[in-house]
Amino acid sequence: MKELNIIGKSIGRHDAKDKVLGMTKYADDFSMPGMLYGKALWSKYPAANILSINTSKAFALPGVKAVLTAKDVPNNEIVTRMGQTHKVKGIFSFEGLYRVLADKRVHFLGEAVALVAAETEEIAEEARDLIEVQYEPLPGVFNELEALKPEAFWVQEGTDNTVTHYYLTRGDVEKGFGESDVIVENAYHVPFVDTAYIEPESGVAWVDDNGVITIRVATQVIEHFRDVAEALGINHNRVRVIAPYIGGGFGGKEDVTVEIYLALLAQKTRRPVKMTWTREESILSHCKRHPFAMFYKTAAKKDGRLTALQVKLVANGGAYVTLTPWVLLYALADAAGPYRIPNVKAEGLGVLTNNTFASANRGFGGIQPCFAYESQMDELAKRLGMEPLEIRRINYIEKGETLSTTGQIIETHVALPQTAEKAWEAVGEKSSPCSANTKIGRGVASGMIGYGRLIVLHDTSRASVQVELDGSVVVRSGIQDIGGGQASSLCQIAAEVLGVPYEDVRIYFGDTAQTPLAGTTTATRQLYMSGNATLNAAKEVRKRLLTKAGEMMETGTEDLEIRDKKIFVKGSPGTSLSLAVVAKACASDGIPLSHEALFKGPFRDVTEFKTLEGKLFPDFTFGSIAAEVAVDEDTGKVEVLKLASCFDVGKAINRASVEGQMEGAAIYGMGYALSEEVMVENGYTLSPSLSEYLLPTSLDVPDVKTIILESGTGLGPFGAKGIGEPALCPVAPAIVNAIQDAVGVRIYELPATPERILMAMQRRNVQENKGGHFEVK
Amino acid sequence: MKTYEIELNLNCESCKVEVTAQETLLEVLRKKLNATEVKNGCAKGDCGACAVILDGMAVNSCLTLALQADGKEVVTVKGIGTEEEPHPLQESFVEHGAVQCGFCTPGMLVTARSFLDRHPTSSREEIRQAISGNLCRCTGYKKIIDAIEKVAETKDK
Repeated sequence: MKELNIIGKSIGRHDAKDKVLGMTKYADDFSMPGMLYGKALWSKYPAANILSINTSKAFALPGVKAVLTAKDVPNNEIVTRMGQTHKVKGIFSFEGLYRVLADKRVHFLGEAVALVAAETEEIAEEARDLIEVQYEPLPGVFNELEALKPEAFWVQEGTDNTVTHYYLTRGDVEKGFGESDVIVENAYHVPFVDTAYIEPESGVAWVDDNGVITIRVATQVIEHFRDVAEALGINHNRVRVIAPYIGGGFGGKEDVTVEIYLALLAQKTRRPVKMTWTREESILSHCKRHPFAMFYKTAAKKDGRLTALQVKLVANGGAYVTLTPWVLLYALADAAGPYRIPNVKAEGLGVLTNNTFASANRGFGGIQPCFAYESQMDELAKRLGMEPLEIRRINYIEKGETLSTTGQIIETHVALPQTAEKAWEAVGEKSSPCSANTKIGRGVASGMIGYGRLIVLHDTSRASVQVELDGSVVVRSGIQDIGGGQASSLCQIAAEVLGVPYEDVRIYFGDTAQTPLAGTTTATRQLYMSGNATLNAAKEVRKRLLTKAGEMMETGTEDLEIRDKKIFVKGSPGTSLSLAVVAKACASDGIPLSHEALFKGPFRDVTEFKTLEGKLFPDFTFGSIAAEVAVDEDTGKVEVLKLASCFDVGKAINRASVEGQMEGAAIYGMGYALSEEVMVENGYTLSPSLSEYLLPTSLDVPDVKTIILESGTGLGPFGAKGIGEPALCPVAPAIVNAIQDAVGVRIYELPATPERILMAMQRRNVQENKGGHFEVK
Repeated sequence: MKTYEIELNLNCESCKVEVTAQETLLEVLRKKLNATEVKNGCAKGDCGACAVILDGMAVNSCLTLALQADGKEVVTVKGIGTEEEPHPLQESFVEHGAVQCGFCTPGMLVTARSFLDRHPTSSREEIRQAISGNLCRCTGYKKIIDAIEKVAETKDK
């Protein structure tokens, strides 16, 4: 396909049209006759033994239809998976315990202890409050470094707190440090943060007339239907999960949320049941981004070339394993950033604590180390008297080189120097300060994250494309649309290949019983994986149509083109057959008008692992962020004046959607840099609302400038790369580097609150440059 | 529990509904009047997803008692335009890519509509101020502000 008609344009998305009219039915907007309301009773302690649970008063309340505890769950303990069908077994343990309801002990504040279903939400709440639980509080452990100590309290019974322990060694770090002229050694810390999508977790479940437990739920992973079936002890084919349009995901709807609770209640009561979490329940009970303690020692020669990196990452996984091994694997692979470092020694530890579990959050293990390595780069530049752009340019990896941590060969174009320059140019000359006590600073940071799932997961996606007899097109794919345009981009691809207007494509998605399974909407994978599946399916249907048209027009298929629902000989659109006529001819000759394609990512077996060496990701997306900030020296308050984002996206399928991902990621990252922290004290969450957990508002943000580079070398359809997560990666370090440039202090702990900046400025006067660190609580 | 009958005008249709003294307008709209286009993001007035226009002013329906809406006009996103006759703001949001997950969109749109009705020629900074009570987690706000600004400019001419 040489000339593109629909790909690459800013298409007004069909889902946006429905959303602005208020027509979209999100999970909580759906109800059924006779529906009950479900509520969960959450643990009131972060660590405690459960001595007894008495549900009799709750059950006796009129209108209560079910009260369930752990003993009512057929398989209360199952293995955490994230939709993958391939069992990953090797020398590292990747799978953890998923416990539906707490039984003997509670492990974090907000762990579910019991479930209620009742005729109204009010009765369900009242019944929940009538459940009597006797607890024996336990000491608990909350900080990741404390949890590693030999005498530490064990979060889960019968196992110490270390979930994962990885090592990576390349070259000889001691030799690398010996050869260097400057060594920078610092410790960094990042906090628990929340996805804070505007739509809290919600779903409705019912047993359908086919005896199938059907769950319509806000999820990024419909393939949790298997986990639901396993918890209930029934066949996989007795559970169906449907995902409507989701009000934001960001990784927070990747783990199981309400699905199993709803299935249990619906099965017990044989009535439809709805469960929707309040904002407070959402913040207390769903996953957080992992806090990391990060110890970095980076060395360079006088000319700026990096010689060695020694790094230790300790990830706070909260009370359950969930995705900690995977997040840490990403973090370790990304620990050196997109830089050429011949000698690397890296260690990663994932640790359990009595906090709300940590799991996926946009950027998945790539974002934490980026804050550290990009801070290190600026510190090295300062020590060497180099410009931030210069030291990076000298060290960026290039196509054909290997990643300094895992040794994976970079197989596609690396546009890092251009992205950094263009982002920096877009920020431009320093603004003038608006007052005498305001200082202006600029910063830059680069980053990389893989798109597509780890190749050890043997990822696949399927899509089917069908032409109707009037030439309109149907796409079916089991994707989940979390707002990034996952559904609309598949429509665009089918429209492009089959030469029909975008408006003439309809898509069915997100249904385990009715759409071909397409895997998770995570890991920046849907455009890459399901986009390719749709492309391949559409190409096959196109081939059939052109073959038939060639027969009808007595010409070779290679001479034919489809556009605007017409098939014609290239160069002479005057003589054409309508798509409808050709489709009808195919149908009457028994030629199938639909095709289902399966796209496979690259596969590798984890049994090969001794360390984490070799290829782990299908490919990477690279890019840079530049920021300008104004820091008030009296208050420590930071205002971000400018933010510029430049990434090589391979090919922009829908330009407005790509810009939207980059702009949204920049602001998501700005929140991470400056204001967002789930405050926890000894396991108690102190910020369970959006008035305490501070998202950037329209008044806090600059207009993000986006610069889209298109190398065309991505593995996705039309050469696209993934952008949703990578665009977030370097935001926080760019802002923190700008703060350093403005007021001369380095912030080692996120978020860079006014208090931390003021304290750092006070310390600046008394402390020599001895290496910085965050305050260990 | 004692209930009271209130009458309100919802998107140009008169509705009578029984409410309790405790019920919020958000609860009544979503559960009793099937107006699920009004979203519940926090129920505490922090996010703005539940905004509706109450007698011309955008309010958080989660902070408004249903009784307070008695005899008043309530406009939701469905009341500002339809598929056949969309409001220019609705069209502009689609054109500018101002919608991602869309969960904040109904609240954003009614806030913008109510604001532009009163301040038709607003500047970008005024628009920024007007929607500052509406959180969006997906877009970074730029395209939302672009979309509203475009309509404000058009009205200017």
